[in-house]
Amino acid sequence: MKRWLALLLAVLNGLRRRRLRRSEAEEERRGRIVPPGSPERGWETAVIVLLFAAALCAVGFLVIYAVDSLGNRTQLFGLTLGGSLGLLAAALIIVGRQLVVTEENEEEFPEAEHPREQEAIAQVVDESTSRLTRKRLLLGAGGAAGGALSLAALAPALSLGPLLDTDPLYATPWRRGVRLIGEDGLPLRADAVEEDSFYTAFPAHAKRDDIAAPVVVVRLNPAKLRLPPERARWAPGGILAYSKACTHAGCAIALYRKPTFTPTEPRPALVCPCHYSTFDPATGGEVMSGPAGRPLPQLPLMVGADGVLRAGGNYSGPVGPSWSGVRSRRPGR
Amino acid sequence: MRRLALTAALLSVAAPAAAQPPAGVQRPSNEAALSQLQLGAALYAGNCSSCHGVDGRGIQNAGQSNGSQDVRGLGPAVRGTGAQAPDFYLRTGYMPLGQPGEQPERSRPLFRDNEIRAMVAYIASLGGGPAIPSPQPQRGNLHEGMRLFASHCSGCHQIAARGGVVTGARVPPLQAATPVQIAEAVRIGPYLMPKFSEREITPKELDSIVRYVGFVRHPPDRGGWGIGNVGPVPEGLVTWLLAAAVLLATCMAIGRRLER
Repeated sequence: MKRWLALLLAVLNGLRRRRLRRSEAEEERRGRIVPPGSPERGWETAVIVLLFAAALCAVGFLVIYAVDSLGNRTQLFGLTLGGSLGLLAAALIIVGRQLVVTEENEEEFPEAEHPREQEAIAQVVDESTSRLTRKRLLLGAGGAAGGALSLAALAPALSLGPLLDTDPLYATPWRRGVRLIGEDGLPLRADAVEEDSFYTAFPAHAKRDDIAAPVVVVRLNPAKLRLPPERARWAPGGILAYSKACTHAGCAIALYRKPTFTPTEPRPALVCPCHYSTFDPATGGEVMSGPAGRPLPQLPLMVGADGVLRAGGNYSGPVGPSWSGVRSRRPGR
Repeated sequence: MRRLALTAALLSVAAPAAAQPPAGVQRPSNEAALSQLQLGAALYAGNCSSCHGVDGRGIQNAGQSNGSQDVRGLGPAVRGTGAQAPDFYLRTGYMPLGQPGEQPERSRPLFRDNEIRAMVAYIASLGGGPAIPSPQPQRGNLHEGMRLFASHCSGCHQIAARGGVVTGARVPPLQAATPVQIAEAVRIGPYLMPKFSEREITPKELDSIVRYVGFVRHPPDRGGWGIGNVGPVPEGLVTWLLAAAVLLATCMAIGRRLER
């Protein structure tokens, strides 16, 4: 432990050390606290190489993070970050075991109260690193490794999403009149939507893997609907459409809980299987339970002259997981 | 509210022990002399009508007392469910229910085979409805079955069909379900499960699903602990628990060595 403390202080005091160093004559006069050690150039080289390799690994992590098109990124992330930490650990072990002069002290370090005692600590720190012959290079390597690793650790915060420009999160492929296409690729007809069952639909002529594309469609008894007044015309014949992306973490709303016998059983609910956020389709997607923080966005529906379900406009709110700055604004028409 | 729901879910896990079917069923004394429909009608009147109504239209409001044992029943209509639903509910032992409002649980069927056939025929005769499906799992495709099971069923039943818990209900394991019962459940949607029409899951796809469910009953043994084949999360939990014990033991060993 003391060894590590000494090492830490040595690194922290890196620049001040020059100033603190006493002249040879003074050293002669005061006598050393830590016994002198012979330089170990081989171990020093090893440490420098290891530190630069650690820095290189961390930079590799950053590069992989920046390049979206690479395959097996998860594995490469682990390899580079783990490799960097491992190399750094190896370098520190060598520093502690081979390079820092060690001394077994029976009594405690002196309390840093008296100026002279403080000087003694500084002297210990200074002398502990007296074997090092290339301090600047070592410090540089340590700084490179530490800096690159810190950057690599901080970089993934970018994945938390856009902070200032959230407009792309409001883009959806739904517009008034867009037809609903079922999972089988055929237009979803209103009369094909049965109660007690649920359907996944996509916008016609749009990419299916857009997070705002899929909707889950259910039919409830129109008399049981409790939609907000402004959405009174959003559910023709009791058919409701909601975004299939949970507002908590963006998983697919893949479960539909429907009672076989309403008087004694729980009410219908759209449920996300990831963390069991439960939304009420009858009230416009309000959260009934679970970690979701805001209602499921509802898609207004209308039935075309051909009997096919069509969007009556855009969603009631932003689609997908919630971000800072993405809470309630409605996507554009 | 959330805490209440959680408590309810936890309590409901403990409930099956209490959910016993009522002791004994009512049988006509002259069973052998009756035709199939007569037998079915007699059994229905004695064992089902208190909740499902004497005319099979269900009882929507508690408080009326109907049927032979004056049970204050409450239950959905059975008229129009065809042969499919009664066959499922009677052969899985889901019905008769101990109390209206309980979640039906798989148990030993209380009726003999000929009695079930008679009741199914009687309820089917009340009004049209789907017939008992006849899945052909040997015609299904196992890979396709796994894909379909993963997208339609595993959210609740787990990928190895071992069941679990969802908000408001226990999810039954499918270990004991026969191919016909699986096909029936997909079309009926018992209790809180949604039903799936032939457009969503075609009969051919259903064959694949049934084949997959049969397969995961005894999945190939990859060695090591199966832990019920319920997947990576419990496996990870067990691994962590074991690893934590080993780490703790290592720490204690190191500590002891330093003490000396």
